[in-house]
Amino acid sequence: MEYVNPEGLRLDGRRFSEMRQIVAEIGVVSKADGSALFEMGNTKVIAAVYGPREIQNKSQQKIDRALVLCEYSMAHFSTGDRRRQKNDRRSTELSLVIRQTMEACILTELMPHSQIDIFLQVLQADGGTRSACINAATLALADAGIPMRDLAVSCSAGYLNSTPLLDLNYVEDSAGGADVTVGILPKLDKVTLLQMDAKLPMETFETVFALASEGCKAIAERIREVLLENTKQLEYRRGAA
Amino acid sequence: MVMRKLELPLSQTQKVRFERAIERLQSLSSTANSDTSVIVTGSIPVNHEESFLKGHGTSEVDGELLATVCGVVERVDKLVYVRTLRARYKAETGDIVVGRVSEVAQKLWRVELNCTQDGVLKLSSMTTTDDVQRRRTSADELNMRNIFVEDDVVCAEVRTIQRDGTLELHARSHKYGKLEKGLLLKVDPYLVRKSNHHFHYIESLGIDLIIGRNGFIWVGEHVQVRDPMMVDDQKSDTYDADREQIHTSLETRQSICRMGNAIRVLANLGFTVTLEVIMETANLSNSKNIDIHDMLGSEFHVVVAESEAERRRAKRQK
Repeated sequence: MEYVNPEGLRLDGRRFSEMRQIVAEIGVVSKADGSALFEMGNTKVIAAVYGPREIQNKSQQKIDRALVLCEYSMAHFSTGDRRRQKNDRRSTELSLVIRQTMEACILTELMPHSQIDIFLQVLQADGGTRSACINAATLALADAGIPMRDLAVSCSAGYLNSTPLLDLNYVEDSAGGADVTVGILPKLDKVTLLQMDAKLPMETFETVFALASEGCKAIAERIREVLLENTKQLEYRRGAA
Repeated sequence: MVMRKLELPLSQTQKVRFERAIERLQSLSSTANSDTSVIVTGSIPVNHEESFLKGHGTSEVDGELLATVCGVVERVDKLVYVRTLRARYKAETGDIVVGRVSEVAQKLWRVELNCTQDGVLKLSSMTTTDDVQRRRTSADELNMRNIFVEDDVVCAEVRTIQRDGTLELHARSHKYGKLEKGLLLKVDPYLVRKSNHHFHYIESLGIDLIIGRNGFIWVGEHVQVRDPMMVDDQKSDTYDADREQIHTSLETRQSICRMGNAIRVLANLGFTVTLEVIMETANLSNSKNIDIHDMLGSEFHVVVAESEAERRRAKRQK
């Protein structure tokens, strides 16, 4: 199948290094300490953060830092055919991956004896849910006022028809080519997540990786805008004394 | 523009009016203080030639001072810190807080305070019934449930904050203790300002208002003298029976609900919650003949936003 036509356009009309439209919104779950909605094209994720709060399972308590828990779930209606299982292996793996990524950027040592819960719900899945979840979680954590080293942002890239492609959608993702998901800390310039589910030659990997990092930086820019706007809004509504 | 949406259906005119009010608030505040909002990893400008102290919410990376939370940069002498907005309550000794008992443990109660951990109220930091200073006996310990049980709302003061973040409370005064016959409202702690008075008695309505620093606000019927805590079982029964007979009048209950809804509206809009503003909002709803259950509707939200803009403008002109 042809994923990039001779004019250099992809199936959904994007160019190889073009991202899908991003929509980010803060404060969508009113009872949560922090929450966010993140959309990348047709992929749509809601993140809710609770905490830092009193630990629920005392045996898991950490004396020197906070416990970070993460739950990823896909809505039954998020894909074309109805999903039946709730706790399948894929969800468990993704919860773990996202938990590790977020734990790396939260300053957990500032909140001993407490726990932070991150809930991620995929409303629509169209490829790149992993990245969308990490971006949504970052926004929600920042909204909850949890101290972080840096904003963790993530983006995926792939390699099809000998072209590196940024931000794969579901069709491109399931084409069988390599799918590289990269998570970075843009300010500290560090990689926190790197996953690839096929083989790529070293040189090709480098270009695909570089493309994904560029994508991450673009997303980080967008996330910063949204957060700054939100912070300003909260401050001027509150008003000076 | 991205903004915290009101989860309310607004008609076209209401939307325009609301946006105009918000814009006015924005213009009022931007002239008041220059832009000091920062977000995570936003760099904070500091004069490196002079020494400075980095406070909460900051970290130094490669000689650059970065924020670790979203908020507003505050400077006090050499100290530079970031004041967070939407974050959990950060306790300070001496704060008056309102909380809900989550657990009755050995010699202590755990109190939920919207903090990173539950607060601890020790039996020994409570005044005894007979107002005598004495050691707490095992009998006292067994009678703890006569004082507070789970889900009771209590008011207390922060005694100490231990290094590991454990929060100790005390209630060594008759003004602290169990709160009954009223409403507990939860707002974001950043909307509550520290002041000298957190206990308010609104005489015209016969209502007590306690604005806890942790964002928990109590609106309840006025209690004349805080009854001493009953430890004795027998006494406690008669005491409960006495209380049952005294009904709160409908009028008082309505005023409590009106005040409660006023606070809810203010919290929804993200405006600071002070006695003055709450009273003004409640009076506004009265003067506009808005029913208590209509106060949470779109129209009243818009009206409150407009009046707040007007109020702040008037304040600035003074």
